[in-house]
Amino acid sequence: MSSHPSRAFHENSYLHGGFTLWSWLTTRDHKRIALLYMISITGFFFLGGAAATIIRIELLTPQGDLVDAHTYNELFTAHGIIMVWFFLIPSIPNTLGNFLIPLMIGAREVAFPRLNLASWYIYTLGGLFVLATLLFGGVDTGWTFYTPFATLFSNSNVVLAIVGVFVVGFSSILTGLNFIVTVHRMRAPGMTWFKLPLFVWANYATSIILVLATPVLAMTLCLIAFERITRIGIFDPSLGGDPLLFQHFFWFYSHPAVYIMVLPAMGVASEIIPCFARNRIFGYRFMTYAILGIAIIGFLVWGHHMFVSGQSMYASVVFSLLSFLVAIPSAIKVFNWTATLYKGSILFASPMLYALGFVGLFTIGGLTGLFLAAAALDVHLTDTYFVIAHFHYIMVGGTVMAYLGGLHFWWPKIVGRMYPETWGRIAAVVIFVGFNLTFFPQYIAGAMGMPRRYHVYSPEYQLLNVFSSTGAGMLAIGYLLPLVYLVWAMFRGKHAPANPWQATGLEWQTASPPPKENFETIPENIPSPYDYRSRTRS
Amino acid sequence: MSSHAAHFESDSHRHETAELGMWVFLATELMFFGPLLLGYAVGREMYGQAFAAASRHTDVVIGTINTAVLLTSSLFMALAAAAVRSDRTRMTMRCLLLTAALGVVFLVLKGFEYLSEWQEHLVPWADFRFEPRLRQGAGYFYYLYFAMTGLHALHLTIGIVASIVFALRLRVNSARALASQVGVTGLYWHFVDMIWVFLYPILYLVERHG
Amino acid sequence: MNPNGEGLFSAASSLGHTVDVLFLSVLGVTTFVAVGVAGAILYFSIRYRHGSKADRSNPPARARWIEITWTATPLAIFLGLFIWSSIVFSRFHRPPESALRVHVLARQWMWKVEHDNGRREIDELHVPVGQPVELIMTSQDVIHSFFVPAFRVKQDVLPGRYTSLWFNATRAGRFNLFCAEYCGTDHARMTGTVVAMPPAEFARWLAAGPQRDDLAARGFTIYRRAGCSGCHEAASTVHAPPLESLYGRQVHLSDGSTIVADDTYLRDSILLPEKQIVAGYAPIMPGFKGQLDEDDLTALLAYIRSSEETKPMSTSP
Repeated sequence: MSSHPSRAFHENSYLHGGFTLWSWLTTRDHKRIALLYMISITGFFFLGGAAATIIRIELLTPQGDLVDAHTYNELFTAHGIIMVWFFLIPSIPNTLGNFLIPLMIGAREVAFPRLNLASWYIYTLGGLFVLATLLFGGVDTGWTFYTPFATLFSNSNVVLAIVGVFVVGFSSILTGLNFIVTVHRMRAPGMTWFKLPLFVWANYATSIILVLATPVLAMTLCLIAFERITRIGIFDPSLGGDPLLFQHFFWFYSHPAVYIMVLPAMGVASEIIPCFARNRIFGYRFMTYAILGIAIIGFLVWGHHMFVSGQSMYASVVFSLLSFLVAIPSAIKVFNWTATLYKGSILFASPMLYALGFVGLFTIGGLTGLFLAAAALDVHLTDTYFVIAHFHYIMVGGTVMAYLGGLHFWWPKIVGRMYPETWGRIAAVVIFVGFNLTFFPQYIAGAMGMPRRYHVYSPEYQLLNVFSSTGAGMLAIGYLLPLVYLVWAMFRGKHAPANPWQATGLEWQTASPPPKENFETIPENIPSPYDYRSRTRS
Repeated sequence: MSSHAAHFESDSHRHETAELGMWVFLATELMFFGPLLLGYAVGREMYGQAFAAASRHTDVVIGTINTAVLLTSSLFMALAAAAVRSDRTRMTMRCLLLTAALGVVFLVLKGFEYLSEWQEHLVPWADFRFEPRLRQGAGYFYYLYFAMTGLHALHLTIGIVASIVFALRLRVNSARALASQVGVTGLYWHFVDMIWVFLYPILYLVERHG
Repeated sequence: MNPNGEGLFSAASSLGHTVDVLFLSVLGVTTFVAVGVAGAILYFSIRYRHGSKADRSNPPARARWIEITWTATPLAIFLGLFIWSSIVFSRFHRPPESALRVHVLARQWMWKVEHDNGRREIDELHVPVGQPVELIMTSQDVIHSFFVPAFRVKQDVLPGRYTSLWFNATRAGRFNLFCAEYCGTDHARMTGTVVAMPPAEFARWLAAGPQRDDLAARGFTIYRRAGCSGCHEAASTVHAPPLESLYGRQVHLSDGSTIVADDTYLRDSILLPEKQIVAGYAPIMPGFKGQLDEDDLTALLAYIRSSEETKPMSTSP
């Protein structure tokens, strides 16, 4: 492509033309909506991070000396609700996905641009409810809203928080719907299913989960709120209901939600690793089957959250088997990423450092999942810090690492300028080390029996908690670094060419930043994906 | 409308895209009703006797009439969809209005039914009265009854509003211009109808053989 | 690190030892895989770094046999682990017949324990070493979870039903008891101690201070007071199912199904009799929900259990 980046930037870029706030708030451009999301979720990320910081400081000592028990409970609830629904679930799909899916499939827009904008407004509305919850004194149910605590016993703003989560659910549903239809209907001529980048596949599978699982959560939350208000319901045993029914409904959503969070991260890694290994991705077809396998089996494993809940033993055994099975496609992906490095020509640019960090941390998170899939071990480990460590390795070590990798990788495309490479590498290393220091000790504390959601704890766990809190401090610094230099790069960075990484993929065939309509002409002759070999040779 | 559709290659591309969007949305809707239906199944297992007794208190006459009303409305909606495909604007408009009218009839009858249930103290959160032995199970039943029929009525209301809006817009637009919207509204309407076809037997007919 | 057995590989219960062996095995397998993957990534990263002189000819872009190998191998290993784990897990659900039964009532934020002879304790549980103990647990308010890390056991405690858990302590000592299911403000303070003692010492402790009647005797009082005896006594004119030797028996219900008369069934039949009607009887029993509290129920169930040995209980303890 012989486009002149500077010319494109000034005349036809999506960032140009309409600098007013109004033009941003009424935009239907998927690229601008992606940036609106990016700003919102960054705000929520640091808000949720602030809650985590206070939690980690509190846990430096076994006594409750910084905040009281009730405040502590509100803090971990806020941390959970904000991070799960207002950061992790929208993170990669709604920012990078929104920005890149149309570009990657050679489309000028998503299928329903107005719906896309509506989705952001719904997200914002849900966010306001959650902020209001915090302002009016918080909520202390945990992000899981277990009944009968949430329906009858908690004296906090449960209904307000539930409304916030309910509302943001519709934002997820609309985004998922939009992506599914976009991938089906908006692909450029010649962009067949097996030429799609794995990032698109991953977001497609994610969208299917969003559309099918989120409404179950929405209805369940409605029932909880209604039960709390009217004291009539189907979950509370004192009202004749069954609290396990709630847990089944909740985890029917919330376990697939884990895959909502991690599948897009896998997509990001699948773009970055071949690019910086200068190699074709190993086993493209198996990678797509693995994505679909995870999405489908992911719907059938929710009962592994309930091995000690009083669920029947036979149900537990079946859920245990399915949980082992869902680990297989994840293992396949890890092996394929590793094999992609073989005979490559590996460059250790920042995105690659993040992506390799993702693979390592995801592997540890996934492997420790096997302990929890084994029902006999889960009895001991569930509801301890082992579980906390496990899902943070997946969602923070995995998803956040990949999200940052993706931000670095596509930052030149998004803002048209390069980020400072040295800082990028420093931040990647600081985050990787800080993360492990924070969460690895929690595996040990959990295996030793330290329960989660404990404001005060038995003194034998203190040493491990001090390690963990120290790591958290390092992690906090690590997360602030990209915030500073990426924003700096947005205004002061070196102008980026259309394809700074010599990457394949249609998004690199247009200017950086892309024009409003994405492509001057829709690309023809769609290449097969990840064709790095022929590119390097020619 | 067409100004927003610049990213579509053609009208039929736009039409098929909208239709696929509605199908995906209906998948979401189905899952939305899921917990209520599963909650019903669990309740019936736990309180079989109370569920049977409670269901005998529902108004099967209104329920049956309403089923007929709704099925007829779906017929008119299907006719509207056929008319819009063959570009008959006035016919489409009439069918849409008839559909909406039948929807309103359904809601009015449902309203009367709610009113009599209120008078019979069958609303679980407002002075619920039932044979004491079966009270808890019956309360469970009526809680789900109101949740499911209420949610259905909400969906139906949205369908009625959409039908009326597109019928009125047909006064100034041709059927061709609104073909996509009418087709998609039809899909939605049939879905709402289908939900009722599930609700009717489980709420009104269950164990009414006695 | 910890003398009390919360330590990683030094469980203090019979089942706990089995769990530890499984834990170590899974740890071995996962460590092997993690080291393998990390090693491969490191090796490739160094050997194939940009600018190195490694041979890069004929890179494979796919290889079906490799994919099948690394799908089938983990599958086989996982299935093995699954089967092993499920065998161990099923033992959690099969308490030995000889187990000593202890009643646990959880509430925000304390553990109330009652032994069969009426001895009660709060936030402490005394058990004999070397004898299986089965806990019959319920909650008065929200969901709690009874967790003794040293024994590797955990079971949620639910309101409105009984759950049970068993263990067999293998050494004497004081072990942490935690509530593991978040239950409100003072969740973190809902902790206690399990004291495992040599059997003789335990027997002395148990006999030392029952301040009240034993459970079954108290249950009989309630059986009289609440009016159960009016219908369920053999001499009664009302046609009601007899309760003698009912516990643990198969019961035929009016809907054609059968059910084992366990604690939860008896509890439901007292509180919500219409849920399950015994075949051949009219559904005439009033529900006792709201009239009997959890303590009463525990006592009543203890009486029904005991009524197989001594038919009409004498009122004196």
